[in-house]
Amino acid sequence: MSSVSANDSDYSELEELSRRGRWLVLSTVAGSGAGHVGGPMSAMDLLISLFFRGMDIRPEEPGWPERDRFILSKGHAAIGLYTVMALRGFFPVEELKTFDKGNSRLQGHPDVTKLPGLETSTGSLGMGLSVGIGFALGAQRKQQGFHSFVMIGDGELQEGMVWEGLHLAPRYQLGNLTAILDSNGLQQFGWLKHQDGDGRGDRRDPWNNVDLAAIFAHLGWRVVEIDGHSFDEILPAIGESKAQPLHGPPTMIIAHTLKGKGLSFTEGKFEWHSKVANQDELDVARRELQIVEASK
Amino acid sequence: MKALRDVWADTLIALANDDDRIVVLDGDLANSTKADKFAAAHPDRFLEMGIAEQNMVGVAVGMATLGFVPWLSSFTVFFTHRAVDPIRMLVAQTNANVKIGAAYSGLMTGFTGKTHQDVEDLAIMRAMPQMTVLAPADQYECAAMIRWASNYRGPVYLRLTRDGSADVFGADYQFTLGEVRPLRQGKHALLISTGPQSVRCLEAANELAKQQLDVGVLHIPSIKPLNEAALLEVCSAYELIFTVEEHSVFGGLGGLVAELLSENSPRRVIRYGIEDKWGESAPNDFLLDKYGLSALQVSQRIAKDFKKK
Repeated sequence: MSSVSANDSDYSELEELSRRGRWLVLSTVAGSGAGHVGGPMSAMDLLISLFFRGMDIRPEEPGWPERDRFILSKGHAAIGLYTVMALRGFFPVEELKTFDKGNSRLQGHPDVTKLPGLETSTGSLGMGLSVGIGFALGAQRKQQGFHSFVMIGDGELQEGMVWEGLHLAPRYQLGNLTAILDSNGLQQFGWLKHQDGDGRGDRRDPWNNVDLAAIFAHLGWRVVEIDGHSFDEILPAIGESKAQPLHGPPTMIIAHTLKGKGLSFTEGKFEWHSKVANQDELDVARRELQIVEASK
Repeated sequence: MKALRDVWADTLIALANDDDRIVVLDGDLANSTKADKFAAAHPDRFLEMGIAEQNMVGVAVGMATLGFVPWLSSFTVFFTHRAVDPIRMLVAQTNANVKIGAAYSGLMTGFTGKTHQDVEDLAIMRAMPQMTVLAPADQYECAAMIRWASNYRGPVYLRLTRDGSADVFGADYQFTLGEVRPLRQGKHALLISTGPQSVRCLEAANELAKQQLDVGVLHIPSIKPLNEAALLEVCSAYELIFTVEEHSVFGGLGGLVAELLSENSPRRVIRYGIEDKWGESAPNDFLLDKYGLSALQVSQRIAKDFKKK
């Protein structure tokens, strides 16, 4: 599906795209025998919103100089990005089958040298915000009007390099930069019960109840908190970010999401950070995501 | 003689007068690296990034995609150790047009001691695909390399020492990527070196000539890429090779030469450099003497090792 309607207040088109995206994530990872699932699922509604509504982009002209930029800093969620790019028309959906298969444009982590439409390479966590700052700084100096979005994971946020960028961006008043925190409440292995003072023992919450919104605000960011699975909240947040004055605080959208969102057997499960679905799970997923094509 | 940090700053100032793509990003060390001179001359092109080298590298990569030519200002050790991951993934793996002004390389880091003395950088940087690794001997070669690098499309690592050495080239020096630079013909042995150490090797050769030991000196300005055939050609006239570097004996110039010769044209290679030791805080002369890299030390060691062969 490559057409984009201008006004879609009932969101059914976006919801269908998200379901299809989640199906493609699960089935592609299963078909390739490896890949990340939980992270792409938590990010899916945000990605669909950005690529189908929020960003000014031209899939047929990925190098269009005035395009909005998107960096998936949590690069292990690559299959989520590839899926949305394919649905949006950057390349055929069929090509998703080549994911992780050698000689492929679809590397396990986004490789800017291989796939047009990517803005930089990610994979080692914590680096995307810095590149986004470079885009925003450069755009200001060249008086280009595009907006730069960087999606960061909440586990990824533990990396110190992110905080280098969080300190610097407000200094340079990069109003043309938006960070989106996919706050899905889990990471790869997590925090076992005996390591966690309040005894939660369910590996949840990379930030252990730290008030991140307050920290970001104190660092000088314009902070917006949303339900990362509600188009009603996502779309206005993206729109307002783009409407910010060029010189002003950068925006941090804290998107409260659920890792593995969208499937009964993946939601909230740390084991689904990266996992290959078996045939039964694929059948359940087809039903839950209302997928009709039998061959996919 | 001119300190390489001043050469770096002055050359960039001149280039930036005519090339509006050039910007300098600094990690709070501008008064050491002399990026402060650039900041004074081109305040609108100087971007302070703070004590955050990894982020600085990423910002440069982002700006490079928009057509800027960012030169980075920090100490060698913080690039090749602290920021090596973003240099690897964001610069080298994407072939980003970012130029690393690796200041205070080698032993002579203004008394700052072993934490700041990076003598592993060549081993690390030459192992990166798509990275160009340059080590100028004197002010003329340094200036020429900076001019070349600013117009070359791709990642460049420029090994800068804090101070200078005697000049061995002239204002007419032309830099060619990959080429080797014979400084002296000899017959008993060949000294291969890089950076200002090459100049100390030439001084050592002159000293050795007084003892009737006639050694050739070959300077390698371009560690990577390297015209391997040219290097092998020069080596073919000598039975004994000494590599001399202000760097660990592991994996740097010595490693490079040993790799090439053993595979193509086996002969004995003796490596002089930092022998698996950390450095210390001391004046430059003390360091060069203690770690066996002064012209006098090199000549004495060669005279001794030559007799033992």
